[in-house]
Amino acid sequence: MKSKAHLVVGGVFGLAVYLFSSCGENAGTPAPVNTTETTVSGETPTNTDPMSNKGIGPVKTVSLGDISTEMSEKGKALYENKCTACHKWDAKHVGPPLQGVTKRRTPEWVMNMILNPVEMTEKDPVAKELLAQYMAPMANQSLTEEEARNILEYFRSLDK
Amino acid sequence: MRSTGKIALIFAFASVLIGACGEKETNLAAGAGNAADAVYVAPGKYDDFYMFASGGFSGQVSVYGLPSGRLFRVIPVFSQDAEKGYGYSEETKPMLMTSHGFVPWGDAHHPVLSKTGGNADGRWLFINENNTPRIARIDLKTFKTAEIIEIPNSGGNHPSPYCTENTEYLVAGGRFSVPVPDNRDVPISTYKENFNGLISLIKVDDKTGNMSLAVQILAPPFDYDKNRAGKGVSKDWTFFTCYNSEQANTMLEANASQNDKDFILAVNWKKAIEYLEAGKVKDMNTPYCHNVLQEDKHLVVSELLKNQKLLDPKECPGVVYFMPCPKSPHGVDVSPTGEFICAGGKLAAMIPVYSFEKMIKAIDSKAFDGEVNGIPVLKYDAVIAGEVQKPGLGPLHTEFDDQGYGYTSMFLSSEIVKWKLGTWEVVDRIPTYYSIGHLCIPEGDSKNPKGKYVIALNKITKDRYLPTGPELTQSAQLIDISGEKMKLLLDFPTVGEPHYAQACAADLIMKNSTKIYKLEENHHEYVTKTEKESKVVRKGNEVHIYMTCIRSHFSPDNIEGIKVGDVVYWHITNLEQDWDIPHGFAVKGAGNSELLIMPGETSTLRWEPKTPGVYPFYCTDFCSALHQEMQGYIRVSDQSANTPLKWSLNEGQ
Ligand SMILES: [Cu+2]
Repeated sequence: MKSKAHLVVGGVFGLAVYLFSSCGENAGTPAPVNTTETTVSGETPTNTDPMSNKGIGPVKTVSLGDISTEMSEKGKALYENKCTACHKWDAKHVGPPLQGVTKRRTPEWVMNMILNPVEMTEKDPVAKELLAQYMAPMANQSLTEEEARNILEYFRSLDK
Repeated sequence: MRSTGKIALIFAFASVLIGACGEKETNLAAGAGNAADAVYVAPGKYDDFYMFASGGFSGQVSVYGLPSGRLFRVIPVFSQDAEKGYGYSEETKPMLMTSHGFVPWGDAHHPVLSKTGGNADGRWLFINENNTPRIARIDLKTFKTAEIIEIPNSGGNHPSPYCTENTEYLVAGGRFSVPVPDNRDVPISTYKENFNGLISLIKVDDKTGNMSLAVQILAPPFDYDKNRAGKGVSKDWTFFTCYNSEQANTMLEANASQNDKDFILAVNWKKAIEYLEAGKVKDMNTPYCHNVLQEDKHLVVSELLKNQKLLDPKECPGVVYFMPCPKSPHGVDVSPTGEFICAGGKLAAMIPVYSFEKMIKAIDSKAFDGEVNGIPVLKYDAVIAGEVQKPGLGPLHTEFDDQGYGYTSMFLSSEIVKWKLGTWEVVDRIPTYYSIGHLCIPEGDSKNPKGKYVIALNKITKDRYLPTGPELTQSAQLIDISGEKMKLLLDFPTVGEPHYAQACAADLIMKNSTKIYKLEENHHEYVTKTEKESKVVRKGNEVHIYMTCIRSHFSPDNIEGIKVGDVVYWHITNLEQDWDIPHGFAVKGAGNSELLIMPGETSTLRWEPKTPGVYPFYCTDFCSALHQEMQGYIRVSDQSANTPLKWSLNEGQ
């Protein structure tokens, strides 16, 4: 009985040889390439001028008016809760100092960096540069567009 | 399962394997190149199905993709899991509370996906625990154990927790009859007088999924082995196999195999609920635990409950009937329409298939063949639809495809046998390696099986993988059933014993997956939502540390003023609000596991430092380029010292 069982096993190993040889024939065929992944997004920017680069993300245009106190107050509360673990206004911390950010960057770029930091630090030349400098990724705090806009308003009020 | 006796049996049936060997060669040889293509999921691509496999005596559930067989996650359920802090953190310890105290291990067997209209709905996964009877609910949004309910008055919660067509109820029974009510001290020799089987109906809240024990139905002291709830025409019923109709209480291996026929117990659960609502039940007062994760508090609350309702079928006619079934049946399964009920007579040479329609007629026309303990036994000829003859040796479990075929696992002859509903003829068979228990067809217990694959869940893998000492991996085998002939595609090892598995289309689940816990919705008693609010509070010899973490620092990260004899609670909130950014936490000498804290979650580690000194703590989950910098110190002083309590972040730099 036992030897019969071993015969079965032998049969399986015998087949394994066959499997290997048939695999070998396939070895020269290149593995299927995932084409959708390599498709270049039309959005991938090359704009390295921070004052015209709008970044990548949901925010395409922001129209700025007079500074709204109501918005900037909401922005202040959000900033203190969601940003200060990594940012200081006037000093380098985990991330860069934010003072003057509205003079250095477009409003769209600031909001896209808040809302879409992972893609920004992967693709946007300015954000990529910052990641290389600070080594700490900008954390996505899952804020809404409205919340990001209020934070921008707060930065504008401080930069005034 | 690993006894030499079982292995000897395999050798004894080697001739059967040889008989099938020719077919195996065809299967493999024809499949070599195609098989690899059929299971290849290119990097970055998704699998078509989720498969949830029980870990058996590991007490956990593991999640695989099909057809690749890739392991995605192990969900801790009935056993502690140090990797995730499950059953170690203060929040999750209560999930493992029972009426016997803290029970950190369990034997998990049957994962069951929740259903709507008889189809998988991707909301919850239920799984039973045999040893200390319990049922768990896993939330498929978070892949976390959300609830565990203990089943009182029960022994060996094996025929469990199959759900009704719309998940109205989960159905459970006891493999071991016990004195009912439970916790009574009686001589074992009074088995026939004092012991009983018990069928439990556990209500599931349609909105929250919360479970509650509705009613328990008294049954004769047999061993209730497996169950399935009906669907379609049979949706008001649930079916159990039972063995040991001899009512033996010793040496069951011989004494419970005396009778030629045991039984299928058919339970009209709807009628049982009507009797419950009419108050035709008695009260029992056995303590049992009910543990629920309160997601907004990130905390499990354990409650000790005391009341159960007992229904005695003698006083409630029409609730239960017996159908005779060949020797010691094991599995019982219901066809997609609900019409056929198919048993695995594991010591029988055929598979009996019962007709639900005939069963109802037999009940109406009182086609009885006596009774057992006041429960009518229906005539075998009056209820049988057909018998699948000579299917193989040791038929256990059956699942169905969408083409009118049943697939039955054969434990002794290690094969899967495909047979046709209605003609009952065997049309195909394929060997498995080895000793298959359950098998799984994606949504194969629903009204609409996705009959593309069958997965064999094997107990023994001797000679299939690189050896790893005395214990070898157990395994699953993926078999293509889309064609006329079954075709083996892939073997993959499993975590623990893949006792049973259920699988469903990936899109039922993936679109609902939780990415983060919103900080605004975190109502943990000790949450810290901003660094500013982080602090250390002393209450006598209890110290509560309100700590935050974000890439890549803790706040505070310098703490002083702790004393030997203090009980320190680290309440750590992960401030991240981005997908897939957990932080870990460990402190030197903690007699406990790490914490693994999800974005927006709060977890607590209890720590009792024994000697003065400075103890480093750090993040254990590689979170960013500066992960290695994610560290801090806590100073512990002698009991008599006057070190003031203080905490800080980025001070004095
Ligand atoms: Cu970390």
